[in-house]
Amino acid sequence: MSMNNTVAVQRWTRLSIASISLVVLFQLVLAFAPLFLSANAVDRLTTLFIYGILALMWNALAGYGGLVSIGHQAFFGLGAYGAIRLADAGMSVYPALFVAAALVAALSLPISVVMLRLRESEFAVGMWVLAALAHLLVNLDPLIQGETGTSLIALNAYAPDVRRAYTYWTALFAMVGLAWWVFWLLRGRLGTAAQSIRDNEEAAASVGVRVLSAKRTLFVLSALGCAVAGALWVATTISFQPKTYFSVQWSAFMLFMVLVGGIGTFEGPIIGAVLFFAVETAFGATGVWYMIGLGGTALVFALLIPKGIWGTIESRFGIRLLPVGYFLKSDRST
Amino acid sequence: MSWINILIPGILLGGYYALLASGLSFLFGVMRIINLAHGSLAVLAAYAIWIMADRHEINPFIGVLILLPFMAMLGWALHRLIFERSLKGGALIPILSTFGLAMLIDNLLFQNFGADTRSLAPYVDSLAYDSWELPGNVYVGQLSVIVFVTALLVLGGLHLLLAHTHLGRRIRAAAQDSDAAQLVGIDARRTYAIASAIALMLVALAGLSLALRTTFDPYAGPLQLIFAFEAVVIGGAGSLWGTLLGGVILGVAQSVGAHVHPQGFLIAGHLVFLIILIARLYVLDRLAVGLRRLRGGSQ
Repeated sequence: MSMNNTVAVQRWTRLSIASISLVVLFQLVLAFAPLFLSANAVDRLTTLFIYGILALMWNALAGYGGLVSIGHQAFFGLGAYGAIRLADAGMSVYPALFVAAALVAALSLPISVVMLRLRESEFAVGMWVLAALAHLLVNLDPLIQGETGTSLIALNAYAPDVRRAYTYWTALFAMVGLAWWVFWLLRGRLGTAAQSIRDNEEAAASVGVRVLSAKRTLFVLSALGCAVAGALWVATTISFQPKTYFSVQWSAFMLFMVLVGGIGTFEGPIIGAVLFFAVETAFGATGVWYMIGLGGTALVFALLIPKGIWGTIESRFGIRLLPVGYFLKSDRST
Repeated sequence: MSWINILIPGILLGGYYALLASGLSFLFGVMRIINLAHGSLAVLAAYAIWIMADRHEINPFIGVLILLPFMAMLGWALHRLIFERSLKGGALIPILSTFGLAMLIDNLLFQNFGADTRSLAPYVDSLAYDSWELPGNVYVGQLSVIVFVTALLVLGGLHLLLAHTHLGRRIRAAAQDSDAAQLVGIDARRTYAIASAIALMLVALAGLSLALRTTFDPYAGPLQLIFAFEAVVIGGAGSLWGTLLGGVILGVAQSVGAHVHPQGFLIAGHLVFLIILIARLYVLDRLAVGLRRLRGGSQ
């Protein structure tokens, strides 16, 4: 064994330190965006942040917990509904967005007890049934008036410009906060547990990984994030129609972003969200062809490129920009 | 008396759910795949039969017979192109790919047929509205009885196929362990493709029943998938006669729910599904474990 062949375990590389510094810098720039961007650009960025949250949350559950849900629109819709209920009860609007999300997260805990006992496709469709049920129950609330829906009227207290900037900052804060939280969680014990579950659940359990508790953390986290996203969505669009909020389309969007970006990587869903945002901006107006394209692309990626864009790049070139794992480094290569 | 009038339509509706779920249940039993495009494929079949009836004046019951071989070929193709590849990709890929397929089918249907709702009821004279009177002033819809009997025949036929034919033995062997089946000379790949073809023929029957019973539109598929899935899970995944029981329980629950509250039809169905799910996880599982322990203790 020559000295040249020593192998070291590393997490940070020069590239990943540089990229994470860039990310922090970029986030600081984004914080000042409402001061120099047009109203329309600020609105679009807010939408992008919400997509980012959805992608991050769905990936945390599917990519790290191994649980594909077709029903997370339940939490998205309930987050929006909760915000409307709380605002109607007199709570200030922006705090209400987060309180609503926290309440939905609390609700997701007993739900997780039942749903996490289901396996794979049963979990996926079981969540879908839950979303359908949540939709029907919200419709029963007289405040919502069935499919007619209602509006987040309390937002009228703010001038349009102020409201736009506040919603933008809230969305940015929520996305950045959730992203760092997931980053931090995945770098700790949960990340190790999640990765072993992803590779082989039975083997993970047999070496003492607390599979259920790791999955529960990811489930509640994703419920919280999707509820924040739903509450933010109602803050940007103001109107709340149960049909659009509890639509399975949200799951289709999340699946698309995560699958195309790279399931089970930290960078993947961010890339997927930006890509989805770009595709929507370019082709959203084409209506049904846009949806056909999304469905077709999801199918092709699932069958031919299941690692997604970032997963493919990562495994081919060994690049890690935002490292959540540890990697072997051979001294010879440096 | 009024309860009979709620119960009987509920049971008959359960026949439709059993027919709808039979393809899903069969495919799950054989390949362990829950095909999320199941409902969308049923709607696709409904549109195919509707085109034959509307544009070429073909009676829907003849139309479905013409459609069956095409659905079988589609099933074969779906296996070769999607199911087979998905199964190799791990547990998550079948969910992702079949959901993508469902999105694709729904939106292509919308692109071709628009948002109008259609029905096959106008093409079968008054069959969709005719009913038989039973003693005690109880009326049953002729169509629901026909669908229920079809469900019984289909499930019975599947049972006979699996239990008593060479193909059935091959399917059961491949379902249990495809590698071991290969070792004893069964072409598991071909067997799976045949199973997919059978499942898609069942989907054609479900599509016909859906379109005769009610109206449908391009986005009707997902709800049908949910109904089928509920019936399968309530009855115990992978068991054919369980699927019939699951369908009937779902149908009765919805029928009772609709009677209790105007919006109760769907809510009651979903609630019964969740209650049975929870009951199975906490009560029935424990019962099973207890029974096993008792049996183990006596040995």
